[in-house]
Amino acid sequence: MLEIKNLNVKLEEEDKQILKGVDLTVEAGKVHAIMGPNGSGKSTLSYVLSGRDGYEVTDGSALLDGDDLLEMEPEERAAAGLFLAFQYPIEIPGVGNMTFLRTAVNAQRKARGEEEMSSTEFLKLIREKAKELKIDTEMLKRPVNVGFSGGEKKRNEILQMAMLAPKMCILDETDSGLDVDAMKLVADGVNALRDAGRGFLVITHYQRLLDHIKPDVVHIMADGRIVKTGGPELALEVETQGYGDLAGEVA
Amino acid sequence: MALPKAKLDATEARLASMTRPEGGAWATAAREAALGRVRDMGLPARRDEYWKFTNPESLVQAEAPLAALFEADEAPIFDEIDRLRIVFVDGVFDADASDDLTGENLSIERLVDAAASDIHWAKDLYGVLETAGQTPVQRPLAALNTAYATDGLVIHATGPVSKPVSLIYQHRSESSDAILHHVVKVEAGASLTLLENGPAAARFNKVMEVDVADTGTFHHVRAQGRDHERRAATHIFARLGTESVFKSFTLTANGVMTRNECVIELTGDDAVAHVAGACLGDGDFHHDDTVFITHDAERCESRQVFKKVLRNGATGVFQGKILVKPGAQKTDGYQISQSLLLDDDSQFLAKPELEIYADDVACSHGSTSGAIDEEALFYLRSRGLPEGIATDLLTLAFLAEAVLEIEDEALQDAIVSRIEGWLARRRG
Ligand SMILES: Nc1ncnc2c1ncn2[C@@H]1O[C@H](COP(=O)(O)OP(=O)(O)O)[C@@H](O)[C@H]1O
Ligand SMILES: [Mg+2]
Repeated sequence: MLEIKNLNVKLEEEDKQILKGVDLTVEAGKVHAIMGPNGSGKSTLSYVLSGRDGYEVTDGSALLDGDDLLEMEPEERAAAGLFLAFQYPIEIPGVGNMTFLRTAVNAQRKARGEEEMSSTEFLKLIREKAKELKIDTEMLKRPVNVGFSGGEKKRNEILQMAMLAPKMCILDETDSGLDVDAMKLVADGVNALRDAGRGFLVITHYQRLLDHIKPDVVHIMADGRIVKTGGPELALEVETQGYGDLAGEVA
Repeated sequence: MALPKAKLDATEARLASMTRPEGGAWATAAREAALGRVRDMGLPARRDEYWKFTNPESLVQAEAPLAALFEADEAPIFDEIDRLRIVFVDGVFDADASDDLTGENLSIERLVDAAASDIHWAKDLYGVLETAGQTPVQRPLAALNTAYATDGLVIHATGPVSKPVSLIYQHRSESSDAILHHVVKVEAGASLTLLENGPAAARFNKVMEVDVADTGTFHHVRAQGRDHERRAATHIFARLGTESVFKSFTLTANGVMTRNECVIELTGDDAVAHVAGACLGDGDFHHDDTVFITHDAERCESRQVFKKVLRNGATGVFQGKILVKPGAQKTDGYQISQSLLLDDDSQFLAKPELEIYADDVACSHGSTSGAIDEEALFYLRSRGLPEGIATDLLTLAFLAEAVLEIEDEALQDAIVSRIEGWLARRRG
């Protein structure tokens, strides 16, 4: 599904290499986790995959179902089925949640040559999904993320993911800032989307999210590289030993 | 004080090309007095402080610059609103195209008729609020209007008026030079909504004097026509009594030259005045909002909310002042002017001013100029919104604070759909 080869990325504005040859393949139906210390390049990887400005790919490739992601505009990547749940979802005053999400759903459908979703259909679906995530429908009438608590913002990301039904989901520290109950809600939301045709890349700093979203594969990232790959037990190793040794093993 | 020669010459050149309309004694006296004011002040010139951001030349010169006629492809704004339609073509009242000038709690007359009568209540307002608005800043184009206005309406609301009164200004001649002057009187407990739309003329000089008595309510929503080459200098002079409400919103999309002045005097306690504007400019568009609000009573609230979207070298100007007179305690004054620059060529020139002579007041003002928020743009695009649509959503969001100043939702929707149309046409 997602195939990243030797991805090298530097900042556009300064001469700073952040990703130094990332290799990673996520198969359909699988959940991969990336763990790693702060500043190792996890968010950068998610931004480069989703097409944010400010980065320059100096080498390597990233394909989604064989299509070159790096050649596409952000909206084309979304329509192709890529979704990023942001580490820090921003507030957009003046843009209503509902309007935004319905426009997004239909823009993606249009780009894929599919029929648009009617407003009735949309409303029904969003009410259902919001309920599962315990998001008050009143909140949806507000501008995007404005006045939302940290946890509400993260749940709103998962709601968007559920509405857009992407095939490749990247979650960037969706667990940070969540209490245990909120984390369970988010994990349930993600688990409900697990499906043979869908891949997940779950970025997290801590092991605890992975108690709820059981990964198939765990990668450790340090200093812009994947330094170790293993099964779920690797996450537990991090929990007990910290990153120090793991990151050091290769470096 | 004698006027500088250039100013004197320009003023006399303009006056020489104009004819004062006939009228009854009161109207003639008001017009002669106004002509005196014009001669004393002289018409605006480039060097005048109050015109430093806007070149008044094309508004002053004897001949109106030609403005090509423009056929809009969309249905006229406010079409879905149940309203009393009053049509002016190139500044001339068109009785055939208008509804009957009647309505419950409402009397409407043409200025020419009111001016012809020997005695008329309009005598106490016509040119009177304009004169009061000449200090401390001179507004000679308004005095010129009072002296020469050939048409206009005299509107009297004596109670709640259910249907909006809608003035439709059509532009049919490339060289039309229209001067309209309206007088509006809203009695105690009365309420009136006035709509205005259309380009009006190649060059349009309009004055509206509004007197809102104690507890009266006046709402004004205006959409200035889309004609690219039209020019307009408009003035609103309003006087507000105790517990009265005045709210005015203007949408300006296109138009090569617009200067909208709004001069409000809060004379009764607990009065409320909101003035807002959204403008969309492209290319050689020049748009100037000049607002002067005087607080001369206690516990009054005033808001100025002006937002401008500028692209391809368009220019936006805002000069806004809040003057709080001695004794106007508990004044609540708010002013914001912001521009969204869609490229590097466009510019926004702002002069926000506060002048406060009372000690117990809360006044704030702010002015900003910025580009589209890249973070927000990326967020929206990452969810699949094409760049153009995402930019338009953020542009609408930018304008929202001004548009939300319109209380009536149907009118708000009418304005929003105009803005969406303008944005969509530019998205191609
Ligand atoms: N836009 C940017 N400007 C400056 N430094 C950046 C930028 N983006 C990332 N970095 C730097 O790149 C490194 C990796 O950051 P990031 O990808 O956020 O790491 P992580 O998500 O693993 O904590 C850090 O040193 C960070 O400071
Ligand atoms: Mg990060």
